[in-house]
Amino acid sequence: MNTPTRISYREALREAHREALAKDPRVFLIGEDVGRYGGSYAVSKGLLEEFGPERIRDAPLSELGFVGAGIGAALGGMRPIVEVMTVNFSLLALDQIVNTAATLRHMSGGQFSVPVVIRMATGAGRQLAAQHSHSLEVWYAHVPGIKVLAPATIEDAHGMLSLALDDPDPTVIFEHALLYNLEGERPSSWPQIDIERAAVRRSGADVSLICYGGTLWKTLAAANTLASIGIEAEVIDLRVLRPLDEETILASVRRTHRAVVVDEGWKTCSLAAEIMALMAEQAFYDLDAPLSRVCSAEVPIPYAKHMEEAALPQPQRIVDSVKTMLGRG
Amino acid sequence: MSDTGFLPVKLPRELSLSLLRDMVRIRRFEEACAELYGQGKIRGFLHLYVGEEAVAVGTLHALNEQDSIVATYREHGHALVRGMSAESIMAEMFGKLEGCCRGRGGSMHLFDAATRFYGGNAIVGGGLPLAVGLALADKMQSIDRVTACFFGDGAVAEGAFHESLNLAALWQLPVLFLCENNRYGMGTAIERAESETDLSRKAASYRIPSERVDGMDVVAVYEAATAAAASVRSGEGPRFLELLTYRYRAHSMFDPDLYRDKAEIEAWKKRGPIHNLTNRLKAQGDLTEDDFPQLDADARAEVQRAVEFAEQGTLESTDDLLRYTLTEPAA
Ligand SMILES: Cc1ncc(C[n+]2csc(CCOP(=O)(O)OP(=O)(O)O)c2C)c(N)n1
Ligand SMILES: [Mg+2]
Repeated sequence: MNTPTRISYREALREAHREALAKDPRVFLIGEDVGRYGGSYAVSKGLLEEFGPERIRDAPLSELGFVGAGIGAALGGMRPIVEVMTVNFSLLALDQIVNTAATLRHMSGGQFSVPVVIRMATGAGRQLAAQHSHSLEVWYAHVPGIKVLAPATIEDAHGMLSLALDDPDPTVIFEHALLYNLEGERPSSWPQIDIERAAVRRSGADVSLICYGGTLWKTLAAANTLASIGIEAEVIDLRVLRPLDEETILASVRRTHRAVVVDEGWKTCSLAAEIMALMAEQAFYDLDAPLSRVCSAEVPIPYAKHMEEAALPQPQRIVDSVKTMLGRG
Repeated sequence: MSDTGFLPVKLPRELSLSLLRDMVRIRRFEEACAELYGQGKIRGFLHLYVGEEAVAVGTLHALNEQDSIVATYREHGHALVRGMSAESIMAEMFGKLEGCCRGRGGSMHLFDAATRFYGGNAIVGGGLPLAVGLALADKMQSIDRVTACFFGDGAVAEGAFHESLNLAALWQLPVLFLCENNRYGMGTAIERAESETDLSRKAASYRIPSERVDGMDVVAVYEAATAAAASVRSGEGPRFLELLTYRYRAHSMFDPDLYRDKAEIEAWKKRGPIHNLTNRLKAQGDLTEDDFPQLDADARAEVQRAVEFAEQGTLESTDDLLRYTLTEPAA
């Protein structure tokens, strides 16, 4: 009998890179410290030795430059994977992503396509303070012309990359920094996934908990706590932040009649706000309670551990908001 | 790499000793930080300055109290030499309310208005435009002040570097650019990051008078910085110093440091800024056998007090979480 092997989110990503690089000579990885150093989150560790410096390409600290170069290379027929250390630094490259990658197809009347994949870490939880901890997924999810993915599971970490590479349009992939060490059983073969649909990670009839990325595991923990007091929560993992899978979200809330959105972004103008607006517009008469959300506090993320914890969505806050909603508070 | 082994130190003895003292203070402080990180007292990212002490010490001694400082995330030493107390820095890293930023900033974000210490910036290159702006404000208000801006060799690849140097030169602003070239930006050696590795030439291309300085020799750093600061102060526009230095330790506590040769580290250690100055001062009779142990003991005691202070510190109430985001209405 084969003992099941374990695999981490990080290793799943690495395996996906390895497969993509082996399969398609147009694929290459570019980013700061992806080669010699092995990647700031060690995703690309060992790939330099395997694929060489042409395809595992270390870039200087030039986010605007190398992200833009990735976009240009995609335009020119390659299939670049651009790694930006964190979403915080991606702001230096925002211009190229928003003003160039997202617009070329449209501005050219459909003549050009930019099949670039841009990966970046996001999120807080490691006491890295206000310049390294933010969740700015919604900044990208706001923009027509790009796709935004947020793998929260090992299967998605592995599967989303090749689908994003196959996609003719620019794709941004957000990897929550706390997920890299997530471990699970290595599937005997990787499941078929898509990059269109949200996933129901847990079924329940009493309330829909809608989340993505790093908040999936906190939300599942909250759902377990709720189950112990007789509340069955359905947990929806968005997976794709743009375009949103409206159907899955709406179907869930029509079943449960209640919803709490969990989002590590700041509350104001958050992805949570968009999802609530969607439900208010299209499922208003199905609702039995006002919609609710658990987001990050409206403050730059503080360094001190207890303050950081207080600023972020936590399972207890999710539980509390469900209890309040159900009049069980 | 020139060997400054026994070059005479032509500085007043008190000044030489004070340069030495500050380098030792940084060294002991940083060593303590590494240990405290291992104990989980300090968290987040921690970047140590061990090996690079001569740069902060030599330059900051060349500035005066009215000047402004902009630093990076590798800035404990700068904060310390600038006059912030070891207590307030250590407490900050412990995440305590008594820290210089109430525990909001941590190691990478030390700030202190009293000493005009404008951080602590963890976005590589992020401090350069800020320094240009500070200097612009001074110039527009006819304030006689130098803004000293520290940044690494890695920052030179960022657009912010080039835009900032151009603006400072174009508007003839009183900025002293201090490039701490320790040859690596995280795991990337400068040769693999820069088409032109003589970084002072980049500044020169913006018509900023620039110079390469042995950053392991605190005396050379002090002299170059004194001359450069005087020039900036006299209204001659920005200056640029490229300080050639080396970090002995990994980039951060998360870095396994696998990208450089151990022999390279050892070679640089031989030119260590502390023993370089110690040897030279001893050779010319400016440092007695007792001086160093005394100064070292003082530094250790200062760090010890800082750790005790930080241990005893308190935690900010989470009721205050939303504070300091915008101006608060006067009570
Ligand atoms: C804009 C940006 N990109 C990437 C990083 C991640 N990062 C932090 S420090 C660093 C290396 C910087 O090297 P250098 O400027 O030479 O300074 P040193 O650490 O050597 O003092 C990198 C890549 C960052 N903090 N900010
Ligand atoms: Mg460097």
